[in-house]
This record gives sequence, C-alpha cells and structure tokens, in this order.
Amino acid sequence: MSATMNYLDGNAAAGELSRIFAMDITSAEGQCANCGAKRRFAEAHVYSNCPGLVARCALCGHVLLRFANVRGRVFLDLRGTTYLRVDAAKQEEASN
Amino acid sequence: MEGTAVLERLTWRVAKVVAVHDETATARTLALAVRDWPGQVAGQHVDVRLTAPDGYSAVRSYSIASAPNSDGYIEITVERLPNGEVSPYLTQEVMIGDELELRGPIGGWFVWRNDQMEPIQLVAGGSGIVPLMAMIRSHRSAGSSAPFRLLYSVREPETVFYRDELRALSNQGDAAVITFAYTRVTPKDWPRAPSRIDAELITSGTWRPALRPTSYVCGPTSFVENATDLLIAAGHDRERIRTERFGATGERK
Amino acid sequence: MAIISRGFAGRRSAAEAKLPPGQYLTTDFPVLSAGPTPHISLDRWEFTVDDGSNVVKRWDWKSFRELPSETITTDLHCVTRWSKLGTPWEGVSLDVLLADVKTDLPYAMFRSYGDYTTNLPLKDVMNKQAWIAFKYDGADLEPEHGGPARLLVPHLYLWKSAKWVKGMTLMPHDKPGFWESLGYHIYGDPWKEQRYSND
Repeated sequence: MSATMNYLDGNAAAGELSRIFAMDITSAEGQCANCGAKRRFAEAHVYSNCPGLVARCALCGHVLLRFANVRGRVFLDLRGTTYLRVDAAKQEEASN
Repeated sequence: MEGTAVLERLTWRVAKVVAVHDETATARTLALAVRDWPGQVAGQHVDVRLTAPDGYSAVRSYSIASAPNSDGYIEITVERLPNGEVSPYLTQEVMIGDELELRGPIGGWFVWRNDQMEPIQLVAGGSGIVPLMAMIRSHRSAGSSAPFRLLYSVREPETVFYRDELRALSNQGDAAVITFAYTRVTPKDWPRAPSRIDAELITSGTWRPALRPTSYVCGPTSFVENATDLLIAAGHDRERIRTERFGATGERK
Repeated sequence: MAIISRGFAGRRSAAEAKLPPGQYLTTDFPVLSAGPTPHISLDRWEFTVDDGSNVVKRWDWKSFRELPSETITTDLHCVTRWSKLGTPWEGVSLDVLLADVKTDLPYAMFRSYGDYTTNLPLKDVMNKQAWIAFKYDGADLEPEHGGPARLLVPHLYLWKSAKWVKGMTLMPHDKPGFWESLGYHIYGDPWKEQRYSND
C-alpha cells in the first residue's frame, strides 16, 4: 500500500460523525479556513486510522475537522472549517 | 420549525444473517434481516460492529449491495482481506442465524435516487462495484429510463462480483452498457492487454462529457484518484463526479 | 449493551508478558497517522530547540548524525490498545541533545513535519527516557514509521513518540498538543491507564 494514499473520504467519517451531527454531513458544503476552497464534505480526505478522526482539505491538506470518541465523551474541533452548509430542504426530502 | 430536517439518529440495530452467497473465491454476500430497518437509498452504507466476549469491538463500513425494498432486508458484499481483522470473520466464520450489529443507512452524497433522469456513469475498481451495483439494481427495480453505463476494472475475470447478473444485463442491451477492464489477467482473446484505467478506456468506455452525466467513482483510494483525474482531463465537470474511497487494500475502516 | 458476535476474537493474541492494563500484544507494526506521510529530504531536515522566542540549538542531518547514538530495545504501547514488545531502535538520547541547554522552562512541545504536536514535561525526556530515533531493526527508519527521525518516549503512550519530529519548544506551562486537546490525557502513562483526559 502506498503510504501517500493512506486516506479515505468524508463518506467514511459519516457513521462516527452521526453521533454529533443530526443531518447528513457528506452532502454538506464546507469551506476550508486555510485556503478558502469550498467542497462537499464527502470529498474531504479522512484519516481514521489513529486515536481519532481527522478530515483534511483535499486541496491544501489543512485540518478541517478533528473528532474523537473517547469512552463515551465525544470531542469535536471545527476550527479548520469556516462554515458547513447543509441544504435543509433537500435533507427534508431525502428523509421522506 | 419549518425547514429543519433532523434525521433519525443512527442507533445500533440487530441484524440476523438469513443467507450467504459466495461471489468469488474471496468475496461473500451476506443477506441480513434488520429489525426496524428504515430503508435506504442506493449508494449508502452501513457500519457493522462485532464484539468479542471480553468486550473488545471492531467496526467496519460496508456498502449495501441490494436495491431498496420494503422487506426489511439488505445485502452487503464483503471481500476477505489477507490481514483483515473483520473480513475473515464475515466471509468464513459467520453462519446463517448469527446476529450482527449495524448502524445506518449512512451517506447522502454518494447516492443515486430513482428520480434522477440524467445519464449516469458508474466507474468501479475492484470491490468498489458494491455500491454501484445497488444503483444498477435500484435503477432496474424502479423501471428507470435514465441511461446507465458501467466501467468496471478488476484484476482478472475470476474477481468479478455479480458476474451472472452483469452478464444478463449486458445481454439486455438497453438496461446498462457495461465495459470491463482487466489490470492483470484478461479473458482469452481479449482485444486489450491488461492495464489500469487510462485515457483511452475513458474515451471508449464512458459517456462523453457533452451528455453531462453524473459520475460515481468507487474503489481503492489510488483507483479513485486516477479515474477521477482522467474523467476531468477528458472534460467532465468536477462538480458532477462523486467519489467514494475504500482503503488502499479495499477495506473501509 | 453490545451483542456478542459468536466466534469473534479480533486480531489479538493472548499475552504472557506483563502488559499495561487494557493492552493486547501484536506481532505486526501498525501504522497510524493523522495525515499524509511527509517526505522530508535529508538536505532540508533539521531539528531545532527554541524557548518560544529564540532558537537555542539547531542541527542539520549531518551534524545530528555526528552525535553519539545508542541502540535501544524497548516496548511500545499505543492508546488504541496494541502493544509491541522488544522493538529495536537506534537513536540519539535527548540527554545528549540537551546536554548544554540551560533552561528553567519545565515543559516542551514537540513539533513534527506535517502539523502534529505533542507536549511532555522536560523531565520525562531526560535521564535515559527519550531518544530521537533514526533506525528501526537495523535499517533506516521508514517514512511511514516516522522516518527520517522520530521521537521515542517508551514509558508513555505511543502518541507521545512524535513521528517526523522537527523540533521542540520549551514552555513555562503545560499546553495540550494535537491529541491532548481532543480528549486524550495530558500525560499518558500506560501503567496508570491514562488514556483520556478524565482518567
């Protein structure tokens, strides 16, 4: 396995993140606080083979989100994301 | 509050294995009856949790292979990885009647809904075929007329999942156009030498960009990056390409 | 309460050796990472010690490799529960690196190529307790295991042994690094099972 391709994507983080997010996070648009790129969270590079979960901007590699589920306490750091935008109307449709 | 959409919080549900079916020498489909299953959209996955008697647990993600139905059962296809912790158990130990825990359905981006009418391009690398097969099956059971094409890259003919079903679809012609690509060993008299997906295969095996298809690319990370770069180089709009990466060895943790 | 999966045991093997609480023995060497593997060329590599305002010491690869090194065989304990015993390393002791650093700053933040950080009390990296390791099992340390050089602090959980280490900042107060700021214990003693911040 090439160590340079040791990431998955936002789809792989969705199950764990459902502990905190009430809406589907993969289709949320997020803006990287470092480079300003706006991408769907599904396209973020996710590193989950570590003591937590780290999502990085696919363009610049900056940490967008860090998450850890440590014995029932859930930690979330979203400092690397300027915003997450969820299309509430579409979510409503999707859950019907 | 109007406009708020709170999805049902994902809880761990009990699923019972009701059938098993080997797809290849190393991949097995498990049919699971899930208590109170809310239904899914093609492309979504579940997280499966296994717990040892001492409380140790392992969680892995598996795409749902079956089309949405109202019977409360789903199918997942698991590929046995040589150093896997969970896949050897699921493909060799698990018996009909065993119970697993799973959480889902998960994912709202890498999905195909049967009200989508635009041409659809599916690009699968190895076990990446699983969620795309759910889309093909969903397309068929909904009687959708959206034009579907599949480019399916595998190591060799014996590693094709859903072989008979894909062959039957191929023979129907109008259901889905399927192009196979072999990276190590080709069938006898195959017109192309083994190779990974390249620009030529994209040109001959996928919808042209002018049709503005929505593309779904799934497989190991390096496969997805290569195929996506090629689609973009061929003129496809990045915004219309959706991707799902499995681990480099095919396992999603 | 999770349901037990009949016949599932996971990858672990029974431990005969004494392990810290909650750990299991592994024979492979798992690679865990919070980001892409950095590839640092040796002509760019450096290790610096600073006090927050000034660089106090700096080595490039050549001067670093001229320092006396030693071989260490030690046990590794990862907070994700695997332990690997008897691992063979070669590295430069922090006692050597900090031999003529005079400071009364009691803490250090180790920094890595990429963006990883981890904090340690200075006294935990002195007195034969820590090394900057550059060889594993007789061969150059591979990038995926932290090469060209990583911190090695075996008496604490392995997240403290920062891969791709590039320097240390001396600090007056303890400050949480990458994992310590996300629910993990500020110190991390595996023998007291200090995994999380409320342990």
